[in-house]
Amino acid sequence: MSAPGPVDAQQLSWMTTRLDAALGWARKFSIFQYPFVTACCGMEYMATACSHYDVDRFGAGFPRFSPRQADVLFVVGTISHKIAPVLKRIYDQMVEPKWVVAFGVCTCTGGFYDNYATVMGIDTIIPVDCYIPGCPPRPENVLDGLIKLQEKIQHGARVTLARPPELTIPHRPEEHL
Amino acid sequence: MSAATATQSRHMFLNVGPQHPAMHGIVQLVLELDGERVLGCDVEIGYLHRAFEKQCETGPYNNAMPYVDRLNYVSPMINNFGYCLAVERLLDIQATERCQYIRVILSEISRISDHLTCVGASAMELGAFTVFLYMIKARELLWELIEDASGARLTVSYGRVGGVKADLPDGFAEKTAAALEAVRRVLIECDTLLTRNRIFVDRMQNIGVLSQEDAISYGVTGPFLRATGVNYDVRKAQPYFVYDRMQFDVPTGEHGDNYDRYLVRMEEMEQSMRIVEQALARIPDGPVMVDPEGREIPAAMMVDEAKVGQTGCFKSARVTPDPTLWGSTKPFHSGVNAAEKRAVLPPKEDTYGNIEGLMHHFKLVMMGHGIRPPKGEVYAAVEGANGELGFYVVSDGGDRPFRLRVRPPCFTIMAALPGLLIGDMLADIVPTFGSVNMIGGELDR
Amino acid sequence: MGAPAGSVVELLTARFPQWVIASHAYRGDQTVIIRREGLLDVCWFLRDDQAVAFNVLMDLSCVDYLTFGRQQASAPMMRSPSPLPYFMKPKPAGAEAWQRHVDEEFRFEVVYHFYSTIKNHRLRIKVPVAVGDPVVESVTRIWKAADWFEREVWDMFGIRFRGHPNLRRLLMYEEFQGHALRKDYPITKRQPLIGPVDQDPSAPKVPIIVGID
Repeated sequence: MSAPGPVDAQQLSWMTTRLDAALGWARKFSIFQYPFVTACCGMEYMATACSHYDVDRFGAGFPRFSPRQADVLFVVGTISHKIAPVLKRIYDQMVEPKWVVAFGVCTCTGGFYDNYATVMGIDTIIPVDCYIPGCPPRPENVLDGLIKLQEKIQHGARVTLARPPELTIPHRPEEHL
Repeated sequence: MSAATATQSRHMFLNVGPQHPAMHGIVQLVLELDGERVLGCDVEIGYLHRAFEKQCETGPYNNAMPYVDRLNYVSPMINNFGYCLAVERLLDIQATERCQYIRVILSEISRISDHLTCVGASAMELGAFTVFLYMIKARELLWELIEDASGARLTVSYGRVGGVKADLPDGFAEKTAAALEAVRRVLIECDTLLTRNRIFVDRMQNIGVLSQEDAISYGVTGPFLRATGVNYDVRKAQPYFVYDRMQFDVPTGEHGDNYDRYLVRMEEMEQSMRIVEQALARIPDGPVMVDPEGREIPAAMMVDEAKVGQTGCFKSARVTPDPTLWGSTKPFHSGVNAAEKRAVLPPKEDTYGNIEGLMHHFKLVMMGHGIRPPKGEVYAAVEGANGELGFYVVSDGGDRPFRLRVRPPCFTIMAALPGLLIGDMLADIVPTFGSVNMIGGELDR
Repeated sequence: MGAPAGSVVELLTARFPQWVIASHAYRGDQTVIIRREGLLDVCWFLRDDQAVAFNVLMDLSCVDYLTFGRQQASAPMMRSPSPLPYFMKPKPAGAEAWQRHVDEEFRFEVVYHFYSTIKNHRLRIKVPVAVGDPVVESVTRIWKAADWFEREVWDMFGIRFRGHPNLRRLLMYEEFQGHALRKDYPITKRQPLIGPVDQDPSAPKVPIIVGID
């Protein structure tokens, strides 16, 4: 190998592209999911994670029940107004890079629960990367959504950090994060 | 600092939930701990409140079916049929016999899948991950059956007021027999792994003890109550559908601890399989006749043969008509739906085929008409997987329920939970809470 | 269902004639409507008397009769544009017709369902409550199941239970205002804790207080 000379811009960008691709590949096949399971979709989530449909072969088989250790937040099941602050807090506690999957139509758009108790789509409170509709979605749908999320991870698309001002949790002094 | 104030001890308040890995949904336990021992417990629910009761008041009676599915979402058939039973009592109509057998079969299959989920999940939380995987595999086999019958694995919307959505498909009995055999093998394996496993027994025995008086005072029903020794099962005490013709035992426990509840659930699965087999053997057939060699005949061939005069052997022949042919599913409709024109939709052939059918369909479906039970109220209880699932329906003569109240079985069990947890250790919360089988959709509605 | 028709109802009517307003057995469910002053007496009797032995409080809920029979959905069918076809004529009103037996001023009815594991029979008790004074005695000392059921009725209907140890909301969050299952609470009226923002940003942000009692 010749002595290292000055690296030109083209060569550098080729190297960083390769590096990004390698990082993307590594990230997409080692997803640590945080299953925020609330309702019926949880049953299909369990079915997807278990031996028949086996999400482990996609590298996403290890749930981490601490937001600090997880990178993909699977919001599984209806989010009511009572649990919405908890969801927002968990999302805030997760460390970058993080992705959010809206699993089930209740998380995508609220489903058919158009009433006083339900948040009509979690994208009104946290940014979402992948929507998996279905009530509940079949495990094949879930795996399809997971593959799309993996493509997104591969290409390095990241969750935006901009937070609209009206979507902050009222911070009460007696609570600590 | 004097020696008297050198150390100070206080109780710790620990918040478990509302999001926690016990995989049972969202509920919050605020615990007061002295070291590892639980001294006080407050249970906070309502995190999955989806306004079921109010939502059902906004639409016609059959529109409530998808909402009812999502109450106890691990055994949706039982919810469907409980609701249908309540509205049918209000209308004073009776489902057909075949329909009742179908309802019994599918209810029991749902019950088995509920118990599999409960025992599997609670075993996983104690570290027995293999048992969880085996039981979920068994549950998949049952879900394939349910999917064959109703079209969906989990949220089925299969019941209709006056009947069910459609008849059982061909070959259902054989598939069920094969699936139940596989489930039995799984249960034997899991039984071998758990029931006399020293670690499992030590963690479950004498933990979470509920006395009979407390259980009755709290209104606890189902496997929880039966594990304390009270033999109350709605299917035996006040039979509905065709349970009075089925022979099955109701297992009861003795001590009311987690281990007894586990044993009761395992035995109930076996009894449910017994019921399914009996029902499949006795289900009254529709007009199914076979040709002398027991084979089905394609309709086109029958027509061709008839054209050349070969009609003799077709008198008692079973025909599979083309599904687009007029009248192909009409005969099955009467087998599974009550002959109640005020509540049950006509078969599609009539809806599209003649004006009476069209009017009938229109009047039942369009807003302002629909199923109109007379003014009144009724309470109908079925045996859910967690206990007595009651539906209290009030009608004011309109096309939608005036008030639909569901009496959730795990609601009272969760109210009794603090009593179960106090006195035990922090680690005992996991098996106790697992044996409660809390289903958020039912608890919070 | 278990006991011969009318016997529990007859026992109750004979024992507490001053509290019983009416009774019926519509569709086989024994039902007694009593005045709320007599609730505790009746409940102690139901649990402790050996002839009835209602040891289980199966369900405790409430019905809001504000729009009973007055909703558009309950308008009689003959007033609709086209009458019912001949094969869907309503059943002739037989002997079994149901009535509320209670004046309109009592907007709510608290409904108790009892079951006896000893005698295997059921009973429904209804207690009419007016909206101006929505207070009923709590039966938590008699059946522990009443604890959470009454909390839910308070949460959803706003009926207070005198003597309840811990009457706070159960299903909705504490900051929620109003009582959700009342007929005058619109189903889509949202009071979110955090986001989403109102559909109409120009609407004045006033606290939503409905049906304060």
